[in-house]
Amino acid sequence: MDLIGILLGGCAAGMVLFIVSVGLSVTMGLMGFVNLAHGGFAMLGGYAIVLSMRHWGLGFIAALALGFVVVAALSVVLERTLYARLYRASELDQVLFTIGLVFVMTAAVTLAFGPETRRVILPAWLDGQMDLGFIRYRTYSVAVIVAGTALVLALWLGFERTRYGARIRAAVDNRRMAQSLGVDVGRLFTVTFALGSGLAAIGGGLGAEILGLDPQYPLRYLAYFLIVVAVGGLGRVTGVFVAALLIGVLDFVLKIYFPKGGTLFIYALTLALLLWRPQGLFGRRAA
Amino acid sequence: MSLGQAAVQRLAGRHRLRWWEALPWLAAIAAFFAFPNHLAFGTQLLVTILFALSLDLVLGYAGIITLGHAAFFGAGAYTVGMLAQHAGWTEPLSGLVAAAAVAGAIGLASGYVLLRTHGLALLMLTLCTMALLEEAANMASAFTGGFDGMPGLRFAPLLGAFAFDPLYFRSQYVYALVVLLACFVLVRMLVHSSFGQSLTGIRENTLRMHAVGAPVRARLVTAYTISAALAGVAGALFTQTTAFVNLSVLGLDRAAGVLIVLILGGYGRLYGAFVGAIVYLLLEHLLAQAYPTAWQLGIGLVLIVVALYARNGILGIADAMRSRGGRAG
Repeated sequence: MDLIGILLGGCAAGMVLFIVSVGLSVTMGLMGFVNLAHGGFAMLGGYAIVLSMRHWGLGFIAALALGFVVVAALSVVLERTLYARLYRASELDQVLFTIGLVFVMTAAVTLAFGPETRRVILPAWLDGQMDLGFIRYRTYSVAVIVAGTALVLALWLGFERTRYGARIRAAVDNRRMAQSLGVDVGRLFTVTFALGSGLAAIGGGLGAEILGLDPQYPLRYLAYFLIVVAVGGLGRVTGVFVAALLIGVLDFVLKIYFPKGGTLFIYALTLALLLWRPQGLFGRRAA
Repeated sequence: MSLGQAAVQRLAGRHRLRWWEALPWLAAIAAFFAFPNHLAFGTQLLVTILFALSLDLVLGYAGIITLGHAAFFGAGAYTVGMLAQHAGWTEPLSGLVAAAAVAGAIGLASGYVLLRTHGLALLMLTLCTMALLEEAANMASAFTGGFDGMPGLRFAPLLGAFAFDPLYFRSQYVYALVVLLACFVLVRMLVHSSFGQSLTGIRENTLRMHAVGAPVRARLVTAYTISAALAGVAGALFTQTTAFVNLSVLGLDRAAGVLIVLILGGYGRLYGAFVGAIVYLLLEHLLAQAYPTAWQLGIGLVLIVVALYARNGILGIADAMRSRGGRAG
């Protein structure tokens, strides 16, 4: 495979990483809540998407929309009933709770659908290869990159150019100040949490072809999602995007050229980067 | 006042020794005779307690939140494993010392670099350190056995007299219990010393500890190093008593597992590690037997309930009940 092909593959993986992690970055930045169960929402979304296509004959786009809605709704219920009780708890109680939630999700999915890996049935228009002019490449990867780019643009516009985005940015930078200016941070958080979880669900479905999909998904990729968030900086959409692309491409390239030690390099790089800038590439120094 | 009385008062005062602290150890000895067929599980339990106890020193007392404590467990486990496999160094007690030295050195080096950060960055840095070691162990398969690890290790008899018992784990159990007791006494003394008090101070208010002139970073690095060495001892015990070592000793699963054990039992208190390990391992053991495919469901639910309703773990409930009873009476 030549260089452009490898880069495209890495970009597709990076896009998936971005779509899944961006919600985690914003919710962690808003509330400082250590949500280790974020990958679980991606997994649930992935299952909803894959299974609704297989059993109900839903189209790919319709299934993605369904996954988004179902997981966003579920996350609001969980947020209001359970997460909200732990905002003032210590980080360790939050860790215990979210790990427990991951266990429950993993076990529930195993019980309901079995432990084996699930595959997406791609619609005909996404299957096969396409001609990009300079290279023939997998249509699906190209579609993921296009969809990811569109999503980044939409999120960036929403984040930087709308009132709602301004409220989130204000609350991430200084929650108490934002509150005293009349921003309802609790409500903001609920909405953002639902959006972030819904996006993770889309990421889980879109990425099932790339990252795979099975009950161990949330724990297997936890480190990757956390690395993306930490490298990008808390509550920074652009930062998460750059970090996700960087790690997606690096991981892809290294797995091809150094199949044995590739991951070692990613961890080492993250280590060096966080020692140099503990707040991440784009994060502000601790507020 | 006789010398004996003075000693007792000193223990009860300065070290706050209570009579009931003998109970866990008596129970452990009783278990040796009561459950002769379950000593393998008992040994595993003792090793987990020691590992969680080492974590308690940094997490519960010094307030350092780490996701990578298995790095030191694994370092200790691989140290004795590789010494036995490649160097013929099979004497168990000196193996423990070597494991403590290696794990402590890694703790010192990484702690010196990492402990200037905190929060998410520290969490990720500890995780990455562990992942680096795991990848390194995977790559250096000529020395570590790679993914398959090193099965069927042989260790010399304890003190040259008590051979490891592969069937009933009798000598392993006693060995682990004695090592745990020794390490526990050490941790207990540390926690109640002025060093331990300053750690608690740093956990509660770092800024103020800086202000009163405490050498905050040196204290944290020291605590991290001691904790790493103890975790290394726990890892070495794991390898010696089970006679194998593989990559599982270095993984996120193990690091998360020990974190769960400690938070479940109650961190920042000496016996949280004991309660958490017993509850977690028993639950895992029984659920895995009853529901091999879905045992995680039960554990997950317990973790959620404890996090929601029993802040500070199971021992936290006991405290809350006692203080409520005290107020009523």
